[in-house]
Order: sequence, then structure tokens, then C-alpha cells
Amino acid sequence: MSIVVENLSYTYMPKTPYRTTALKDITFTVNEGEFVGLIGATGSGKSTLIQHFNGLIKLADGRLTVFDFDLSAKKINYKALRKGIGMLFQYPEYQLFEETVLKDIMFGPKNFGMSKEEAYESAKRAIELVGLDFEEIKDRSPFEISGGEKRRVAIAGVLAYKPKALILDEPTAGLDPSGKKEILELITKLKKSDAVSTIIMISHNMDEIAAYAERIIVLNNSRLIYDLPPKELFKKDDLQEMGLDLPITVKIKNALAQRGMVLDTDALTAEELVAAIKQKIRGNNG
Amino acid sequence: MGRDITFGQYYPGDSFIHRMDPRAKILLSILYIVTVFLCVSFYSYLAVFLFLAILILVARVPLRSVLKSVKAILFLVMLTAAINILFYREGSPLLQFWVIRITDEGLIFSAKMALRLLFLVIGTTLVTLTTTPMNLTDGMESLMSPLKVVKFPVHDVAIIMSIALRFIPSLMEEIDKIIMAQKARGAAFDSGGLIARAKALLPILIPLFVSAFRRADELALALDARCYNATPNRTKMKELKFGYRDLVASVACLLFMGVIILLRFYPGV
Ligand SMILES: Nc1ncnc2c1ncn2[C@@H]1O[C@H](COP(=O)(O)OP(=O)(O)O)[C@@H](O)[C@H]1O
Ligand SMILES: [Mg+2]
Repeated sequence: MSIVVENLSYTYMPKTPYRTTALKDITFTVNEGEFVGLIGATGSGKSTLIQHFNGLIKLADGRLTVFDFDLSAKKINYKALRKGIGMLFQYPEYQLFEETVLKDIMFGPKNFGMSKEEAYESAKRAIELVGLDFEEIKDRSPFEISGGEKRRVAIAGVLAYKPKALILDEPTAGLDPSGKKEILELITKLKKSDAVSTIIMISHNMDEIAAYAERIIVLNNSRLIYDLPPKELFKKDDLQEMGLDLPITVKIKNALAQRGMVLDTDALTAEELVAAIKQKIRGNNG
Repeated sequence: MGRDITFGQYYPGDSFIHRMDPRAKILLSILYIVTVFLCVSFYSYLAVFLFLAILILVARVPLRSVLKSVKAILFLVMLTAAINILFYREGSPLLQFWVIRITDEGLIFSAKMALRLLFLVIGTTLVTLTTTPMNLTDGMESLMSPLKVVKFPVHDVAIIMSIALRFIPSLMEEIDKIIMAQKARGAAFDSGGLIARAKALLPILIPLFVSAFRRADELALALDARCYNATPNRTKMKELKFGYRDLVASVACLLFMGVIILLRFYPGV
């Protein structure tokens, strides 16, 4: 098991009039090699939760184990912990700062104690992994490349220190549809290539989540509501009340049901849905 | 992190002082500053202390948030006190060696200076604790409006101030996020020598500047898109009104000033 969360609660600025409860009594586990989706309306506590995983937010209440690290221990080797967890923040391109793309990607590896040569090699590998042309991009300024490229460079900056798990906070936010698709394809490619084994992804796009996550965790008002595989989850009828969207296939299924065509299916992909509709029509005719 | 800085931070509430007109608070705080400089004997300092204690009770702000701003200047207070004690010339020496000469009057003088600094900070902090930044700038704008006669762009200055104030929390948030992102990449900000530490700030400062400029651009565009210009006759959603509270507070402050002036004639250290 890689991440074990037990009864985790968190309040920002406790004991002040500005206090906000961000997490209440959260319990779940993420196993090695899983792709877990994390969804919930804005302000439901998703970012707060993942920032616990690499000690950016200090554990205040509950228990948390991340790989071999017990985060409730008095002394924690944060550097070692953070090396194992690649965390990509919302709009990660805003963290780029170096003169050149290559230097920026080498920032992480060097911080985690790799030698210059090692850092260079792993930066090169990371740039190729995210599908950019190393020779072409390495000496350019991270401020002059395109938005999609910036995001790839930011992802490469995380992959370069070879984390065991990758945590992505809305990795496709603010990109155009083709940019979104490219990043998602990149993430699936990473998962398959076992460059990283465990992935946790926050997203507001239910089509993305339904297609990629093996398991989905739903937060609402700081609490964990569901922890289910996609097919089970999207059968629930209270997701919209929590401010969540539905995958397009589920929306079509619901619209059909309203018009009298009730499909008994948990289809999530377009193919599955088409197959279910065809079967229904055949059934009616035959 | 960034959010912990209270100096001049609003503490929400609806006390008597919270509801006063910001203009009255600004003017009375100036009166208060003058009054503190009129103090001579320890009796008058005691009077200021009591006055502040009453104000804090009336404002219903926790002592903790007041003391936070004191903490921010404690070093300055101690440094000036130390310098005063060591180098004050007058009075009979209590201790003397090399160029250093500690005198009885020196001790008294430094104690009074320290108290004066503390009282000034606590008093002005009370204004910022009980007034939202927006109200403060509105108050300043209104107080500066006579300067319009000499073509001073009062409204422009006010809007610049309120935009700046409005952006401080956003920038703090931005700093938090950038620090987190760089920490996640293994950056350490609290190790190494002075130069190493200064260099460690670059990964924060560069993205911060980039984003501040981006925000400024976006805001300018948004203002232009809504045809914003600082017309002289812009109206306000919330008009400032000088009410009975302000009258009561003014009388109280003037009385307090009177007491301090009277104490000047009362013998004492
Ligand atoms: N640094 C912070 N200081 C104070 N409150 C915060 C901070 N970050 C988030 N919050 C509050 O905590 C709650 C959860 O926020 P967050 O974890 O960012 O949610 P999400 O990522 O799901 O949108 C929200 O109510 C938010 O306003
Ligand atoms: Mg978030």
C-alpha cells in the first residue's frame, strides 16, 4: 500500500475568525499502481488533501502514511518524502522560473541531490517522455514557449526526479480541447510506461475521470462521500446535488430515460453506450 | 505563511469602534499620536495605558492580535532602548566603563521612549484592526479631497491605493502557492548561508513578478473594457457618514488629551 489516510481532518487558520474547515474525518487508501480520481466541487478540500501527502501541509489531526513515511512522526525527512511524490499543481506553468527549459527541469533533480550529469540525463529523459524535442527546446526560455508546451515542461520538471507516485491537481485546466487531450494521453502513456506507478488525479472533467481512473473518490463539504469504481459511482443519483457534472454518456442515458427509453447499463464509453442502445432497439423489435 | 502577517489586518467585528466613520478614526488617531508626544511623566504614560486598555475592550479585538503587531516592532524598540541606555549622557552615572555610561536619567529616558513607541503602534494598530482596508482608503480619499483644488489627482491616488490593498491578499496567496510548488520540487528555503538563502528566493520571486505583471495587465484590460475612468463626479455605493459614535469618540479623545496636558503640570518623574 502506498498511501493510507485515517481520520484526517484539517482546519485552516484555527482559532481565528477566518478559520475554515477543509477536511473532516477522511479515511481511504491508495494502493501501489492504482490510478485514483479525486473529484468534488470547488472548495470541497481536494487540494488541501493532496498537499498533506508530501508534507506541504502539516498533519494536524488523524493519521497518514505515505510509502515508508509516517507523517504523524515527530521528525520527518521531508526531502526524501517529496522525492517520492511528484506533485503537479494547478496551473503548474506559473512555477517556471529559470532562464532555460533545461535548467528549470534540472531544478528538482538537483535539489534532491542528483549530480549535474545525472540531472542532465534525467531531464533529457523527462523531456522526451512528455513528447517534446529535447534539442529544439532545451535552450529556450520557459516564458516564450506556448501554453501547452509550458505545461509539458512543468510535468517534465516533476518527472525528472523520478517520483514513485504522481499527484496531479487539475492537470488539464485552462487548456484548449486538443491540449487537454494531449496531456491526458501523456498521463496514460506515463502510467503504462511505468515511469510512475501510482497516479492520483484531481479533475472537474467527468469524461476524463470516468475514462482514466480505476477508482474515484468524491469529496463534498470537506467529507469523503464515495470511494467507488467509475461504473458504480456514476449510477449514483446525488452527484449533481454535490455540484458535480456527469460524463456525457451518462447524461445521454438519463436523457433517453426521460424520453421513455430506459437502458439497463452501466456504460461509460461511447462504444458501450451505442452497444446498449442497439441491443435495446433490437430487443424491442424482436 | 504569508497569511500570518497581521500588521494592519482587519479583525472582523461590529463594535462601537468598528462602526465609526473611518475619517473620524484617522483624524482621531492623529490626535492620539500628538497626545502621546505630549506625555512627560510616568503618570501620563499610565493614563495612555489605561486609555488603550479601554479602547481594546471597547473594540472587542483579542489581545493576541494587538500583541502580534507589537511583536513586529519589538526588536526596534529594544534596539533603541539599548542605544539610549548605553549612550545617554545626562544624569548621575550608575555604571561607567570605557565609552559606556549608564545613568539614572538614561534609564528613565529609554523606558519612556520604548513606551512611546509601543503605545504609538498599539494605537494605530487598533485603527487598522477595526477598519477594512477599503474603508480606510475611502476615508483617506475623503480627507484628501481638499487637495483637488490644487489639481492633485485624489481619486486616482485613492483607486491606486485600494487596488494595491485589494491585491495584497491575492499576492500572498500566490506566494503561498509558488512556495508550495517549489518545495514540492525539493527547494529548501531555510538552509545554507546568507547567499544560498538569497539565491533560494529566486524561484519564488521570478514567478511572483511574472504573475503580478500578468495580473496588472489583465486588470488594466478589464478596467478599459468597462470604460473605467476616474470621473470627478463618481458616486459611491456606501457614503461615509459622520454619526453620533464619532461625536462621542471625539469628545472622549479630546478629554483624554486634556488629561495628558493637565498632567504636564503635575509634578512627577
Ligand atoms: N491557504 C488557505 N487558507 C485558508 N483557507 C484555505 C486555504 N486554502 C484553501 N482554503 C479553504 O479550504 C477549503 C478547501 O479548499 P481546497 O482544498 O482548495 O478545495 P478544492 O481544491 O477542492 O477547491 C475552502 O473553503 C478554501 O476556501
Ligand atoms: Mg483546488
